[in-house]
Amino acid sequence: MNSHVKITQNNVLGEPADLSRRSFMVGTAAAGLALGYSAVPGLLGSDQAFAAAGNFDPSVWYSIAPDGLVTVTCGKADMGQHIASTMAQIISEELGSNWKDMRVQLASNDPKFNDPVLGAQITGGSWSTMMNFDAMSRAGAAGRMALTEAAAASMGVPAGELVVRDSVISHAKSKKSMTFADVVKSGKATKTFTPDELKAIKLKTPDQYTMIGQSVPQLDIPSKTNGTAKYGIDVFLPGMVYGKIVMPPVRYGASVKSVDDSAAKKVPGFIKAVTLDDKTGTTTGWVVAVANTYANAKKAADALKVTYDNGPNAKLSSESLLNEAKRLQALDDSGLFFVKDGDTAAALGTAAKVLEAEYTTNINIHAPMEPMNATAQLQGDIWHIYSGNQFATRSGAIAAGAAGVDPKFVVMHQMWLGGGFGRRLDADMMVPAVQAAKAVGKPVKVIYSREDDMTMDFSRPLTFQKIKAGLDGNGNLIAMNHDVVSAWPTKRWGIPDFLSPSVDKKGALDAFTVNGADFFYSVPNHNVRAILNEMAHNATPSGQLRSVAPGWTFWAVESMIDELANAAGKDPAQYRIALLDGKGKNDGGAQRLRNTLLAAMGMAGYGTKALPKGEGMGVACVSSQERATASWTACVAHVAVAPSGEVKVKKLTVATDVGTQVHPDNIRAQVEGAALWGLSLAMYEKATLKDGGIEQTNFDTYTPLRMSQVPEVAVSVIANGEKATGVGEPAVTVIAPALGNAIFNACGARVRSLPITAEAVKANMTKA
Amino acid sequence: MPNLNINGRNMSVEAAGDTPLLWVIREQLQMTGTKFGCGAGLCGACTVHLNGEAVRSCQTSLSDAAGKKITTIEGLSAKGDHPLQKAWIAEQVPQCGYCQSGQIMQAASLLSKNSNPTKDEVVAAMDGNLCRCMTYSRIQKAIMRAASEMRTASNAGTERRAT
Repeated sequence: MNSHVKITQNNVLGEPADLSRRSFMVGTAAAGLALGYSAVPGLLGSDQAFAAAGNFDPSVWYSIAPDGLVTVTCGKADMGQHIASTMAQIISEELGSNWKDMRVQLASNDPKFNDPVLGAQITGGSWSTMMNFDAMSRAGAAGRMALTEAAAASMGVPAGELVVRDSVISHAKSKKSMTFADVVKSGKATKTFTPDELKAIKLKTPDQYTMIGQSVPQLDIPSKTNGTAKYGIDVFLPGMVYGKIVMPPVRYGASVKSVDDSAAKKVPGFIKAVTLDDKTGTTTGWVVAVANTYANAKKAADALKVTYDNGPNAKLSSESLLNEAKRLQALDDSGLFFVKDGDTAAALGTAAKVLEAEYTTNINIHAPMEPMNATAQLQGDIWHIYSGNQFATRSGAIAAGAAGVDPKFVVMHQMWLGGGFGRRLDADMMVPAVQAAKAVGKPVKVIYSREDDMTMDFSRPLTFQKIKAGLDGNGNLIAMNHDVVSAWPTKRWGIPDFLSPSVDKKGALDAFTVNGADFFYSVPNHNVRAILNEMAHNATPSGQLRSVAPGWTFWAVESMIDELANAAGKDPAQYRIALLDGKGKNDGGAQRLRNTLLAAMGMAGYGTKALPKGEGMGVACVSSQERATASWTACVAHVAVAPSGEVKVKKLTVATDVGTQVHPDNIRAQVEGAALWGLSLAMYEKATLKDGGIEQTNFDTYTPLRMSQVPEVAVSVIANGEKATGVGEPAVTVIAPALGNAIFNACGARVRSLPITAEAVKANMTKA
Repeated sequence: MPNLNINGRNMSVEAAGDTPLLWVIREQLQMTGTKFGCGAGLCGACTVHLNGEAVRSCQTSLSDAAGKKITTIEGLSAKGDHPLQKAWIAEQVPQCGYCQSGQIMQAASLLSKNSNPTKDEVVAAMDGNLCRCMTYSRIQKAIMRAASEMRTASNAGTERRAT
């Protein structure tokens, strides 16, 4: 049992999300201030901007200044998905503002900026657009109505005759008009809305959109071409010093026995070596060398002589984690049921053909380009933390835990994220920054070296899956048992709300390890077991890595579907289409997934011509991220396999049904990036555990895709008018199985372990 | 007290000669457009120009940089309007944006020597610059766009001089 699980249960989130906070404080900036940290003295930051005299603050989400500029406060972490700009775009649609007038800023951790659906500040799951679309739309509409009412009074015309466009409110008959700036300066925009009134606002229908669906210039991009965008690592505070961490040789479980700083003391500028006392259990055995510059902190860190008790995980390796996974999977009573439909045992007993296969994925590291960092400053009673972070609600609590104060005394200052991918859902960087700042009595910026960042990643866990499936005499899939064994990343957070009851109510499972296994194929007898690999859970504390469970569940499912189609003597694409019959609970989703698959097949020319020897196309289709929040995504991969087993990816054709496109160009950018992430994970990224430590330390041994490895990628986005869905992750998950299936079709080699290596392909070749 | 010539200005800095140029630029001069990515010359996020050549500032010592002309992203153009920066906006290249200063500086070094690169030449020049958001295809497009604009501008200039 991880000690940190219990502690975070007590500290994190504090209380369940207060649903009343889901409403907007329309027209009541003062009420908005009353909700957050206004009672805490010494507060700086975005709240003060909100209190600026003369501004019109129709909602916590934006403010209109007397010059007409509309500043949107984004409660979501912006890690390159341009979500701040997207929120501004949704507001702008209903507000009727000119895009040139829109600005964005990043929210503090004040609960008033919590996600209106999730009730916390967390960014992930490709959730943001779908969960904030309605709230931002209503905020924008309420602002427009308030401005219009004020303008009508000023102009002496009926509000109903006014037209709002490009930040101008005009009256056609009288030819009178007022800009938003005019109205705000008049001080007459004071209308307020109750939550019920907000709910009753009639929003635009898609045919009335003028902003949604337009690829407007992203508001953050210019600052990312001239060096002015400020990331966490770019924060400077007066009197600030620097911390470099000395990491223990094992990923988790070490403790510091002794620290000899005699050599470090000779480094100019060295201040102190701080051994962390981390009661949140986020880190173990970390020492921070603090000095006047980062270069000196690094020299001092190198000079520190630290001895460790390497703890209980010091002998573990990737092999031990995999062996333990296999042991657990073989037990009848392991795990908890995520899906339990029909009677698989009986159906497998009657099956004409039974297939079994094991699929594995290795440890993967997030490695965002901006290494983890945080700057901590104590001012009065308030801890100010500056760090790009995806989960301000929990990270503030971890920082508080590290400081030994109540979370309400922590203000998180959000920065642009130099990549997130799930890594910045975790809050380990808060701990060394806070404790070092406390120890030296000065603001401290802690920056992980790349080596620290890689070896202490909250990685995508090593996974082991076994699927046993049965076909009837006609080759129809009648039964599937699917076991998924892994560390449970979300359980580690210690937040019960993020776990899900098993279908038989026997316990709480981490659905973020099995999502995707509840696919939209109609299989009458279907079990999915989520099995916790406690050894991996303790030795390699895992995290959410872009696309999370569907990154491995669909690797297994979509590979197995191809194996089944092959066993049934059917074309794998047609086999899928038959399984996507839309019966029962799969109605709706199955048809959308089928159509998406057909779109990808059409674009790729699947099955239309014979390919040269050694080449093959493979398909996969996925309902990532979650069954309830799926973006329907399909891929046709085209590969050429050399006799050596070397795989050349010739083309990836990806189709995705996202319902509604807020920003078509951004969706393409996300899908392209996600598809290449999928390729990188499928073929180029592998981390390994040895003697309890991650062996890969930098980009020479952990090797994400580079430009020379980019294949042709064709993307088709289907927008059929359904609700907007997420786009940052689904395309990650469809690539590996499509590649594996293409490789099989090219050379007969069935590869069941990620990443795919030339050796594995060659070893499994059957066709010459 | 080493003196640095950085973006056309002479600046004196206080640091040991073996200090990586990266940290001098970022901390002492607080010019944060140049990014720390790997500390080992493997990712390109810290790329600056030394006498016009793209170098990894995390692998360049302060003493090696002294007396040379250093250019960072902040000094690439007066108003952020270098053809590459304009092309980066036109193609909407950045996602998280963290690597993009380094990408732009690497590309600027390429285009200063080769104003009409082939795709293969672009890949060869850019392969040392990692982008974890995988914006590679847009980076390629933006480089081609900027190269084309620079050639047009330079041709126009030639024509004007000729007439």
